[in-house]
Amino acid sequence: MTPRVVFPNKVLPYLLVAPQLAITLVFFYWPAGQALYQSMLKEDPFGLKSKFVWFANFEKVLADPAYVNSIKVTAVFSLATALVAMSVALLLAVMAERVVRGKGLYRTLMIWPYAVAPAIAGMLFLFLFNPSIGTLAVLLRKAGIAWDPLLDGTDAMMLVVTAAAWKQISYNFLFFVAGLQAIPKSLIEAAAIDGAGETKRFWTIVFPLLAPTTFFLLVINTTYAFFDTFGIIHAVTGGGPGKATETLVYKVYNDGFVNLILGDSAAQSVILMVIVIALTAIQFRYVERKVHYG
Amino acid sequence: MRFHGFAAGVAATLTLFSTTSAFAATQISWWHAMTGANAEVVDKISKDFNASQSDYEIVPVFKGTYPETLNAGIAAFRAGQSPDIMQVFDVGTGVMMAAEGAIKPVAEVLEGAGLKFDKSQYLPGIVGYYSKPDGTMLSFPYNSSSPILYYNKDIFQKAGLDVNNPPKTWNEVWDAAKKIKASGAAPCGYTSTWLTWIHTENFAAWNNISWATGENGLAGGEVELKVNAPLYVNHFQALADLAKDGTFKYGGRTSEAKQIFLAGECGIFTESSGGLGDIVKSGMNYGIGQLPYDSDAPGAPQNTTPGGASLWVFGGKSDEQYKGVAAFFTYLSKTEVQEYLHQKSGYLPVTLAAYEATKASGFYDKNPGRETPILQMMGKAPTENSKGVRLPNLPQVRDIMNEEYEKMLAGQQTAQQALDNVVQRGNAAIKDAMGN
Amino acid sequence: MIGSSRFRTYVAHAVLLVGILIVAFPIYYTFVASTHTLQTILRPPLPLLPGGEFWNNYSEALLGGVNRIGGVGVDVLLFNTLVMALGIAIGKICISILSAYAIVFFRFPLRMVFFWLIFITLMLPVEVRILPTYKVMVDLNLIDTYAGLIVPLIASATATLLFRQFFMTIPGELVEAARVDGAGPWRFFFDILLPLSRTNIAALFVILFIYGWTQYLWPLLVTNHNDMNTIVIALRKMVSFADADTQWHLVMVTAMLAIVPPILVVVGMQRWFVRGLVESEK
Repeated sequence: MTPRVVFPNKVLPYLLVAPQLAITLVFFYWPAGQALYQSMLKEDPFGLKSKFVWFANFEKVLADPAYVNSIKVTAVFSLATALVAMSVALLLAVMAERVVRGKGLYRTLMIWPYAVAPAIAGMLFLFLFNPSIGTLAVLLRKAGIAWDPLLDGTDAMMLVVTAAAWKQISYNFLFFVAGLQAIPKSLIEAAAIDGAGETKRFWTIVFPLLAPTTFFLLVINTTYAFFDTFGIIHAVTGGGPGKATETLVYKVYNDGFVNLILGDSAAQSVILMVIVIALTAIQFRYVERKVHYG
Repeated sequence: MRFHGFAAGVAATLTLFSTTSAFAATQISWWHAMTGANAEVVDKISKDFNASQSDYEIVPVFKGTYPETLNAGIAAFRAGQSPDIMQVFDVGTGVMMAAEGAIKPVAEVLEGAGLKFDKSQYLPGIVGYYSKPDGTMLSFPYNSSSPILYYNKDIFQKAGLDVNNPPKTWNEVWDAAKKIKASGAAPCGYTSTWLTWIHTENFAAWNNISWATGENGLAGGEVELKVNAPLYVNHFQALADLAKDGTFKYGGRTSEAKQIFLAGECGIFTESSGGLGDIVKSGMNYGIGQLPYDSDAPGAPQNTTPGGASLWVFGGKSDEQYKGVAAFFTYLSKTEVQEYLHQKSGYLPVTLAAYEATKASGFYDKNPGRETPILQMMGKAPTENSKGVRLPNLPQVRDIMNEEYEKMLAGQQTAQQALDNVVQRGNAAIKDAMGN
Repeated sequence: MIGSSRFRTYVAHAVLLVGILIVAFPIYYTFVASTHTLQTILRPPLPLLPGGEFWNNYSEALLGGVNRIGGVGVDVLLFNTLVMALGIAIGKICISILSAYAIVFFRFPLRMVFFWLIFITLMLPVEVRILPTYKVMVDLNLIDTYAGLIVPLIASATATLLFRQFFMTIPGELVEAARVDGAGPWRFFFDILLPLSRTNIAALFVILFIYGWTQYLWPLLVTNHNDMNTIVIALRKMVSFADADTQWHLVMVTAMLAIVPPILVVVGMQRWFVRGLVESEK
């Protein structure tokens, strides 16, 4: 990254970040600090009896074989979800750029679903993805495909990845389209005149220029898969069969929100945060180096 | 920033509107988790109560699913703004009971208002579940249901089974299910919701065998699971064997299997009595029977236990508010209110008088399925095995059960192994939760 | 060349159609469900084609059905949701475009510390920090207020990160030219940066509006009066998976009503994308 041209101003930048920082401190860091404190407590849900136990919750969580299992599950799940959601969206965005007729209509139709997805996801998952009665399951069964995500761990994993990626496609599509718009057409045309084929043009010109968007989406999709998917897992598989789809955040949610074991849950969320911060730092350190900014 | 001013203005206006009616009456907030037709019942009961007197106003607020409502209540309590009344589902009973400083027992609320709580007027199986070991009632049962058996009469006909004679024991269920599958009347013979609640907790109560030591946890003190006894092992091995060729079809951990039954894929089905509404409305030709029992169990059938939710009262409120709560609970106990609740929502009535009145009205002649769960719960005086189960971490133990059952149904372990694992993992989790 | 280009266009159309089929299927399916009788919906699987109950269901829902179950009128629900969605979208865009501007176009001590402080907020969903956050809301007297619905959800890193990513692609020469012209940071911001960011702002607005529109758990927690409810809460209140009858046909109608406003936003924003396209081709 070359040093950027900047404005020489001593006070203004602080004023500019102040509003966001203030909100972040009050509504994020303060509660997060409490969560950190909570992770060292052993406490009943109502907070009537509590005992400071230092790192006992962490020791307990990390010694649990189920926790190690859910780390593996999370790795597979997050990677697959981010990959599927992003590649499908990129393909669709590139195709939407290619057509002339109906461009606007395609785009609108592709973005709408984002408005529905979370709002009625809970019930749609039941009608669509539910392993026993969802339309998807019924269609597959009719096609003679042995499909039993209720008892087969691999099938269940495929199912939650599909549901989670599906929910994210519109989002990725929207930003890929915005990213593609920003690429000067003259560059692509120049390459076409030079005789570069479509595929080559895409990989040598379009894709590198999309890198800032792709990097943004990579970070967003990873954190999405890590943090924002317990609702889907809850609705579709409940972490089962066995513990085949129990991801880290689902475990945090289930232990804390459903089972009300606050100390364990807080300890897990602290560990989870550390993992993701490390992961993001790595992404910034190594992946972003390859990103070409203007 | 102009926007914030605007928003604040609108908020102030709305707040004014919503509180205009409150100046005269003491407001009693009631956080609930009732959805669909049941949410309408909550609103109607509140409205009727508010209209019946002018001292108190019940304000019902929907707070999401049961776990969401419980979390909202806990968050509010910890922030010093708890509601007056909160609906808590059955598996949260243990958590609430452990929180003695946060709640006020319903018995105390009623006595404080000069009202006497007469236990004998209530259905014993339900009230027992929500009471302390010494008999003090802690929460007010609002909605209760119990598992029963449903069957598809068309499928029974096709399979050559007796349409008017549903299976009574589990062995009869297995035989009928095999017949349904073998005759091709349906792709699957039997399915069930809630393997935990129906096949474990109610299996224990109905067959009068121990689920855990210490009266299944109701007595307080140490608790150890007993669910790897031979009767359980045989039962689950039978399920696992039938699952191999699809005679038994697993539908999921909670109520999902209902949809399999509604789709006509399975001929026999066990599910909460609360599931009746959907089955009636789907237009299926259905029949109803009692929950099957195990013919090897000497005491069976004993009685089934309730599922559902009850109303808890938070501590630290003013006397005036407690008087209002007591008045509301008294109103809720009225025969006509209970009758309405029972007939409209499908939940069981809490008082015997409401049951008798409903019976006298001929309601059960028209809706025979509605009486079955009540009879199951009234048949015999509950024993130490059949009052229900209670743990501070029942949801967690149910998770463990579900995981092991799923591995068993997938053929990865035998019933013996699954139940041994349940006992071992469950006991460790219980010990940890009790050590708080 | 020409022949293959026509073929390419067909392929593109085909891929897009399949994509829309997959992505938009749920909307279609919701619509399908909203045109069937309750009885049909109750006996899975749900048919793939619309039924004949369109008029019956929609008129029943609009003439009191929703009101009866939700406890408050559809108008109140939609208004609350609109205020919340707009507040979140506008608020979030404002504060994050400012902070991203500071982080990319200024050098000051603690710059990266601030960036990471903001950035880490991506990583802890509301569900996980409910108890402490709720306490803050009570202490600040924000329960049952619009500010309480909006402000805590404004603090998120998504938008800041997006603007940072975009600002980094802006050539340094532009800043230099502005400085040579004697333009201060504010003029640069309003005259150059904002117009350039239009496409991204539009995209972000759509996403954030929908994000705000579809919030469920947060409004559920911080509102204790029915007249502060949002449409999604009302929707969830109508749906029961166990123990109670659900008027699925009415639920599906309400779901369709709930997604109309976001769709209008998408369609409205569509223009901005087109304009962005024209500009970039200059």
